[in-house]
Amino acid sequence: MELAIFLIFALLALVSAVTVVAHRNPIYSTLSLVVTLAATAVLFVLLGAPFIATLQVLVYAGAIVVLFLFVIMLLNVGREETEGSVTRTGPGQRWGTVVGAGIFAGTLLAILWRTYGRESLDPLTEELVAIKPLAALLFDRYLLAFEVIGLLLLVAVVAAGIVARRPAAEKEG
Amino acid sequence: MVPISWYLVLAGLLFVIGTIGALTRRNGITIFLSIELMLNSVNLVIIAYSRLLGDQLGQLVVLFVMAVAAAEAAVGLALFIAIFRHRQTIDVNRLNLMRW
Amino acid sequence: MSQDLVATLLKIAPFLGFFLGLLAPLMVWVERRGSALIQDRPGPNRLGPWGLLQPLADALKFIFKEDVTPSEADKPLYLAAPILAFLPALTTFVVLPFGPPVSVGGKTINLVVADVDSGVLLFLALSSLSVYSLVCAGYASNNKFSLIGSIRASAQLISYELAMTIAVLAVLLPVGTFRLDAVVEYQSAKMWNVVPQAIGFLVFLVAMFAETNRVPFDLPEAESELVAGYHTEYSAMRFAAFMAAEYINMMALSGLCATLYFGGWKLPFVPMPEAWLPAALVGFTGLALKICLFMCLFVWVRWTFPRFRYDQLMRLGWKVLLPLSLVNLIWVAVATLSGWM
Repeated sequence: MELAIFLIFALLALVSAVTVVAHRNPIYSTLSLVVTLAATAVLFVLLGAPFIATLQVLVYAGAIVVLFLFVIMLLNVGREETEGSVTRTGPGQRWGTVVGAGIFAGTLLAILWRTYGRESLDPLTEELVAIKPLAALLFDRYLLAFEVIGLLLLVAVVAAGIVARRPAAEKEG
Repeated sequence: MVPISWYLVLAGLLFVIGTIGALTRRNGITIFLSIELMLNSVNLVIIAYSRLLGDQLGQLVVLFVMAVAAAEAAVGLALFIAIFRHRQTIDVNRLNLMRW
Repeated sequence: MSQDLVATLLKIAPFLGFFLGLLAPLMVWVERRGSALIQDRPGPNRLGPWGLLQPLADALKFIFKEDVTPSEADKPLYLAAPILAFLPALTTFVVLPFGPPVSVGGKTINLVVADVDSGVLLFLALSSLSVYSLVCAGYASNNKFSLIGSIRASAQLISYELAMTIAVLAVLLPVGTFRLDAVVEYQSAKMWNVVPQAIGFLVFLVAMFAETNRVPFDLPEAESELVAGYHTEYSAMRFAAFMAAEYINMMALSGLCATLYFGGWKLPFVPMPEAWLPAALVGFTGLALKICLFMCLFVWVRWTFPRFRYDQLMRLGWKVLLPLSLVNLIWVAVATLSGWM
């Protein structure tokens, strides 16, 4: 049962991830990212982190990606033009990408595969799934980090507001 | 029971896909999406290790990563809006003002 | 495993039967007759007693109408949008408790479909996904009215979700958990949350209207300026799907509101025998009754209030509701710490 769920959603995540990267239309890319995030959220549940899975849907899929869609629609970014670009991609470049990606992928996967082998897992414990101990950890030992994150978000909001603001001269026209 | 290494390999694949996207695409938004994909795969690795070690700290770290991703998206998209206002494009190949 | 599956399906059944089979068609009738009542005209009164069979005729009409797809539309997204509208609407109710735990054959079953620790968060997460259907519909229709409607909708949803989430947070604060059954228990032990958290309830109520795109916040589909907003191009069953999703969204949010502020499935002065199977029926009736009251409020408001202007809507969301919800949160936090709550 668990294996079937893992395989289905792993495959879904991979396919939609490829779509994110490969699709020419940014709207489709963004929507595929939502699918990837949702599939990963299901895997989080399998890994005993249902709270993080919920947050993933709430924060990532529900807020961050909507922001992306909003900007895409605001800027009306259409399909990526292949012609008329300043730099052209030559065949050498393309093959270079494939080889480089292959080497990178191979190394990464080998490292990940070997770090932790196929040891048997302990069954899921209630302490890992529960929210209360997580909250205790967050608001006790890592309170400073939590506050700093809050500050970071505030700074980001102010910065985003200033950067995206229309210059005063442009407003009149 | 699914072995942890499967999750790790899946996360690795997602990361590689994201890397390829970030390096080869020219649309600023798609590059950004690829970076989000990479962040997400890292989250998967962290949660997988959290499961393996039976330690909730990993979930906490993912919480922080999400917050940072939100901040990053807000600032990044604001930058794109500002760039688009000046150049009418977010094709990164055309953003070559600093090249000459 | 299979036993749990059967129990879950049995728990989903009353919601689906009640929402889709009974209340959604009834709401169409209430809306049309209600508007007629307020505007002093008869309304649809021909088919069946008091025109009660009118929704049936409407449904038949929707089924047999031609399903038009604009030639310049983005087909896959255009076809997916109504489904995307339906899915989150139908899944959100899984966290609403509708009765005390009952024991069947020695097993205790909690009367909530998804009995998870993240309760309310799951509701908010699922309902936050409904924005995608609006965006897809608006973008895929390839129509400027649709696009403007969907951009308005996404901005509106994001703005009001914030105030709503903070209002919900204030409810959870004294309870100390995300679980909604605990919220119901807390209210029956103390009092309905609407009394100590009147401000929070007000914020939630307004945000609820905005989240469901109902008047006075129906700017995404303002018919006098945008034709019909994001579903301008939709016809036949696809249009009906959008309408049904809107109604189901209203019901789910009404259910959440009733659970958070009005004691959930528990009715005052009605003693509830514990661990007794018909208790489920009594509990569900209580919840359904409260949902119906809220639905009538929705209709009443729709035909009484004028529409907001867009800048007014944004100002209300960010400059009034958000500070109000924060004030409410601080008040509840202080009250909880000093033991008044």
